[in-house]
Amino acid sequence: MALEMRLPVARKPLSESLGREAKKHLVVPGDTITTDTGFMRGHGTYMGEEKLIASVAGSVERVNKLICVKALKTRYNGEVGDIVVGRITERRRSAEDELAMRGFLQEGDLISAEVQAVFSDGAVSLHTRSLKYGKLGQGVLVQVSPSLVKRQKTHFHDLPCGASLILGNNGFIWIYPTSEHKDEDAGGFTANLEPVSLADREVISRLRNCIVSLVTQRIMLYDTSILYCYEASLPHQIKDILKPEIMEEIVIETRQRLLEQEG
Amino acid sequence: MASVALSEAEKVYIVHGVQEDLRVDGRGCEDYRCVEVETDVVSNTSGSARVKLGHTDILVGVKAEMGTPKLERPNEGYLEFFVDCSANATPEFEGRGGDDLGTEIANTLYRIFNNKSSVDLKSLCISPREHCWVLYVDVLLLECGGNLFDAISIAVKAALFNTRIPRVRVLEDEEGSKDIELSDDPYDCIRLSVENVPCIVTLCKIGYRHVVDATLQEEACSLASLLVSVTSKGVVTCMRKVGKGSLDPESIFEMMETGKRMGKVLHTSLQSVLQKEESLGPKRQKVGFLG
Repeated sequence: MALEMRLPVARKPLSESLGREAKKHLVVPGDTITTDTGFMRGHGTYMGEEKLIASVAGSVERVNKLICVKALKTRYNGEVGDIVVGRITERRRSAEDELAMRGFLQEGDLISAEVQAVFSDGAVSLHTRSLKYGKLGQGVLVQVSPSLVKRQKTHFHDLPCGASLILGNNGFIWIYPTSEHKDEDAGGFTANLEPVSLADREVISRLRNCIVSLVTQRIMLYDTSILYCYEASLPHQIKDILKPEIMEEIVIETRQRLLEQEG
Repeated sequence: MASVALSEAEKVYIVHGVQEDLRVDGRGCEDYRCVEVETDVVSNTSGSARVKLGHTDILVGVKAEMGTPKLERPNEGYLEFFVDCSANATPEFEGRGGDDLGTEIANTLYRIFNNKSSVDLKSLCISPREHCWVLYVDVLLLECGGNLFDAISIAVKAALFNTRIPRVRVLEDEEGSKDIELSDDPYDCIRLSVENVPCIVTLCKIGYRHVVDATLQEEACSLASLLVSVTSKGVVTCMRKVGKGSLDPESIFEMMETGKRMGKVLHTSLQSVLQKEESLGPKRQKVGFLG
């Protein structure tokens, strides 16, 4: 039985804890980025009255002659080929639909799919035309901001610690136990409702808490960062990971390992 | 109550986890999430408190105003509760969507305070049958992340602890007309004793076990919950069952015992945090809303 009550502590500004020398150039929509017309405009900018203006709130990134504004927090914008994890909220009510789909998918079910096409109003159309997509079974869903999910070649990861991840580009992250038998004859539409072992549960809960800590400290999520965070959290109990001081400690260690790996 | 949609498989996962005493975030069945309490956050109230319990964020403000005592209780002041479920908390509360939940919570608060010992109402009386202090307790739901009742009761207790009521004197004229004089010193005030103010412990029945401090997902898997209002001495002042499902009398007894245990721990922790905050004095750095 544990209960911890504490007084709130003011958050330190992120740049202090990171030790960055150069401050980021932050802009809000309507801010002038530069009056120099020699730059090419990238995402998040538009040209108006001889100057480059930002259209989203974020930090300015410059690569040679290309200027773009990377938004800190956005709604998900679909791109063709993205992997997404989604929950069924509504469905078409027609006779064929009733007969065919209701046996497989209900409202509230989670599925993994790929973006097939994007409409001009921003709506996306999805397909599950591969055995690796389909209905998701037992596991844990974590919802994060889409801007924190790094774009990679593959978004399906089997981690060595015993669980698997699906990093949806829309910010929905699915953690599930790696099933022993990989034969998916049913094509992934029947869920296995047998109890998951305690060891697997511990791994999944630990991964979930690690992802939540990385998100609180605004670290990009990809398989390596999540794995390093998992390893850094092993000395602590699973429920302690969400305590502010332990969260900070784990994330600082993860960040150091990531910097070492890059440099 | 705000609810999330969950798939059958997710519900099965949560239920099996609870039965093995390992919840989704690694807690056991009797563990609370980390609670943050801060008082005196709203400057134009007599007392205020903000409580953050995981993703649940509650703000309580207490305003002391003068009024006439109720007819059946001429020697006592009284408390009025109002709960506002703002649309900030969840889109379901847009427009009048949050009114039902608001009245339910307010009625529960009235019930748990509806006894002689929770708050010393006689100390709120200024002159019998004529003037008394009325404490308007306003609860604002900023964010809804499960376990609303517990967080609200903690915030109400902390706000009442923080409440400072101005000291008044009743002066009688020669003609017999009474005049109320407010003391000149703005810091001359009376404080309420919150020793017997109860806190609510919500126990949700999931599978064949019960959990405290359920998240929104866990609440969606639970068919029945028991709200137990416990004082710091472990005395149960009121009990209420919510939910569509049924509860076995044996499990009600077990849940009540757990509620009493957790209630005592809750009170000791809250008391020590409030004392610590008070000992930091008026020069403590307030975190407030932009921290």
